[in-house]
Amino acid sequence: MKKDTIGEPLNRVDGRLKVTGGAKYSGEYKFPNLTYAVLVPTTITNGTVTAVDIRAAKYAPGVLAVITPFNAPKVPGYQPDAKKPVKGLKLFNDNQIHFNGQPIALVVADTFERATYAASLVKATYQAQPFETNFHKNFDSGVTPDGGKYKDYVRGEADAYKNAPVKIEQEYIQPSEMHNPMELHVTTAYWEGDDHVTVYTKSQGVMSSQRAVAAAFDLEPTNVQINSRFVGGAFGSSLRTWPHEIAAVQAARLVKRPVKLTLTREQMFTLVGYRPLTIQKIGLGATADGKLVGITHESHSQTAVYEEFTEGAVNVSRFLYQSPNANTRYKVVPLNIGVPAPMRGPGESTGAYALESAMDELSYALNLDPIELRLRNYTDADQERNLPWSSKYLKECYQLGADRIGWSNRAQKPGTVKDGDWLVGYGIGCGAFGAYRGHAEAKIKLMADGSVNIQSATTDIGPGTNTAMIVIAADTLGLPAEKITFDLGNSSLPPAPTQGGSSTVSSVGSAVHDVCVALKQKLYILQGKPQDSTDDIDYAGVLKQQNLPYLEVTKGSQSGDNAKNYSMYSFSAHFAKVYVHPLTGVVKIKNLIAVVDAGKIVNHKTAASQMKGGAVGGIGMAMTEEAIIDDRFGRYVNGNFADYHVPVNADIPQIEAIFIDKADPIINPVGTKGIGEISLIGVAPAIANAVYNATGIRVRDLPITPDKLI
Amino acid sequence: MNQFQYNKANESLSAVKLAAKDPNAHFLAGGTNLIDLMKMGVVIPSKLIDINHLPFSKIEKMPHALRVGALVTNSDVAENDLIKSHFPLLSLAINAGASPQLRNMATVGGNLMQRTRCPYFFDTTMPCNKRSPGSGCGALEGINRMHAIFGASEQCIAVNPSDMNVAMRALDAVVHVSGPKGERAIPIADFHRLPGNHPELDNTLQKGELITAVDLPYTPFTKNVYYLKVRDRSSYAFALTSAAVALYIENGTIKEARLAMGGVAHKPWRLTIAEEFLKGKAVSEDHFKQASQIAMQGAKAYQYNQFKLKLAPNTLVQSLKMASGIASS
Repeated sequence: MKKDTIGEPLNRVDGRLKVTGGAKYSGEYKFPNLTYAVLVPTTITNGTVTAVDIRAAKYAPGVLAVITPFNAPKVPGYQPDAKKPVKGLKLFNDNQIHFNGQPIALVVADTFERATYAASLVKATYQAQPFETNFHKNFDSGVTPDGGKYKDYVRGEADAYKNAPVKIEQEYIQPSEMHNPMELHVTTAYWEGDDHVTVYTKSQGVMSSQRAVAAAFDLEPTNVQINSRFVGGAFGSSLRTWPHEIAAVQAARLVKRPVKLTLTREQMFTLVGYRPLTIQKIGLGATADGKLVGITHESHSQTAVYEEFTEGAVNVSRFLYQSPNANTRYKVVPLNIGVPAPMRGPGESTGAYALESAMDELSYALNLDPIELRLRNYTDADQERNLPWSSKYLKECYQLGADRIGWSNRAQKPGTVKDGDWLVGYGIGCGAFGAYRGHAEAKIKLMADGSVNIQSATTDIGPGTNTAMIVIAADTLGLPAEKITFDLGNSSLPPAPTQGGSSTVSSVGSAVHDVCVALKQKLYILQGKPQDSTDDIDYAGVLKQQNLPYLEVTKGSQSGDNAKNYSMYSFSAHFAKVYVHPLTGVVKIKNLIAVVDAGKIVNHKTAASQMKGGAVGGIGMAMTEEAIIDDRFGRYVNGNFADYHVPVNADIPQIEAIFIDKADPIINPVGTKGIGEISLIGVAPAIANAVYNATGIRVRDLPITPDKLI
Repeated sequence: MNQFQYNKANESLSAVKLAAKDPNAHFLAGGTNLIDLMKMGVVIPSKLIDINHLPFSKIEKMPHALRVGALVTNSDVAENDLIKSHFPLLSLAINAGASPQLRNMATVGGNLMQRTRCPYFFDTTMPCNKRSPGSGCGALEGINRMHAIFGASEQCIAVNPSDMNVAMRALDAVVHVSGPKGERAIPIADFHRLPGNHPELDNTLQKGELITAVDLPYTPFTKNVYYLKVRDRSSYAFALTSAAVALYIENGTIKEARLAMGGVAHKPWRLTIAEEFLKGKAVSEDHFKQASQIAMQGAKAYQYNQFKLKLAPNTLVQSLKMASGIASS
């Protein structure tokens, strides 16, 4: 009888490696003749670099090369006639400066210290131009992004909320927030000949990194090998190949030795993206009994002058609640800043902060319990796309979370529940994130001893991907997890999508499932049985019987047409209980409950860890994180870990993750919908709403620092 | 990092002599602040004089004071039994600062010498009169949320970032130094200075002078003390405002009070008029509120730190409530 392994709490298979320092991250690979690259950032914010004096740097001890816009070897993909032109900043390809911190030189030396010292000797001359970094001042120059995805959306009548009996119209500000993974971005590259390069880099997608490097250097993708076996957090900052990674590969080609480029923490604030500063206006209109009649959601976000960045900041307002009328507008404001990047719960978490805060405000305007308001506007189908949900258990999420947080202890009137001097408040914030499935391939190899190895070119940025894949394989094959190994993080493995958008288990997990099924079918056929047999398989025995040393199967996997007939989302309801000190404005989050409808949960242990990690990110978004630019200089004033506040352990309460754990019947064979993003989306408004419930103070500009509550 | 000469000092006289000769020499103790500043290019010493082997690592009982060697680490001070019994306020304040790892390295002398965390001081591309006299004050019309509300000048509105210093100011600590002209004792009130026209000078040390110890005169403040630090996160963050409170209470009456604040000035800020006000008053929230309003006389805020005009007195009230035992946790 087959035992269900799916859902069983399995320890991370690489947990021991990680906690003992045995896991090797991109910066930890050693190569003979390794050299070190250090970037020289510009100190102006717009204009041109007219000259770079590299004489002192070039003759400093140990220096092998100094690359500047005036001597850089051409990157083929940066040229106008490129076969596959590279998007975004073309580092060292021209002398234009678009933002403060943009590198104007790269120094390669035989040690990191020597490269760092030589970099300090590089002197640039500039022709500075006026610049704009002030988002608020340039708000009106926002443009609607290219492409249909971001054009204005109208269902029914636009701005219908304005004529409703009860209405809320408010602005919410999400500041720039940095991904700031603990591991710095590191790239090590070495060339063999002029047409083959190997790169160790912090990447969420080894296949997309391979395509990017191949395009930049006009190489056959198979001649580019990308390795990213362990990633110390990324949160979206490694979804793309950044210009400095290309520069490291370019430098390695020039010096004909392996080159390692490690960004400094300060450079992590300018060169690898961030959640953009976004101002959102929400209009909600309802009948006196709390039925929504109109939702309007307008969003303005930062982007760079040299590249347009967009994200789904308004999307959630189109489908999360039942409303005959809904409209969204989305604009981006180009500024002299580095380009943003998707950051965990991208767009949707920004949007959910605004929508869920506004829903909370509406509940008080109606004098209605916030959960009751959500129930009255519950939607059983996706009104945006006019499709049924593939699965949705958000109602159950409300109920479970309310019970667990002790919602019955909440008072509808703010500022009325106290514990000693502290004000006590409860809040709810909900979210949704698309459940995606991409094409992925996996290869399985059955060995003579009955063990199996599975390979796929996915990555693991922290959720425990290989552990989840082993769970799926163990469940499908009916083998114990110890018999299975899983390889990832190398572009020479069977192709898989980038780890992002909460889609890895859905995409790669399906490929693993399907390749395991394919192996079983092959083994049944070898035994002369029908391929859809269900007998237990003696894996080693069949190989021995067939006199096979091993057996290999490769299989691709993607959704069928049925997926087009459904709207697929993961849903969440987050609950917060907070204490606020009325004199000092200090907030203590006492409890966070995350209830998630993410389909079938493959491994409860790693999934709960992922939920907690997302909640910590949500606490940072709500309470502490804000990257601040001094617009007179165009420079961040808190570009370091002392002044840019990620939450510390002492800020983190007991966090509990509760899973609905019901398989989605449509999305994929395992029934998983994804939790990476939904773990964060809705956390910030839950906390902000709890703070309001405690104090009667509505904070509409994150983070909620003590000064805003006194 | 630029090249520098490293010297290990084996006795204080030679360390002092070495420092006096070289205008760009720096003493190195725990290094938790200086090394950061060197990496940022904010401080570019020609010479580091490593004083870690000098015999300043003891806490000694003297007749009128407890003497804390300049090289005792912050952790060792905070956890010392004599400190905890005689000067619990100091222990509380030190434990509110930095992180355990930093406190394990940072020394008493180094903490007294800690430079401001003003971002314009740290970023060598921006103006800062403290780092580069005459270049202007970046914070005055810049991002000044963390900055001073007392005693600032047009030249500099930075604050002293230390928690330890605030408690020491309340406790009337005395800083012992050894210099080319011999030894002297500097009351902590005169050790740190206001920026005035010379914000490049944090303190009144003369060239070559080395801190050897800090004396903590015995006080009756062993029970009703509190250090409250309001900050943007629960640990490893500098104070928005902090308040060191030491009360001597008899039968519900305040016989003596010592009050100092952090995060509000270029030096740890003592509130003597408010102390006088509380003397002889009954313990009550009303009196604490009145004292806090008195303490705020002369406060001046800038664009982004207006909130401190309210948060500072609130912090003081709450710290007084905690110290006197009338706050309900």
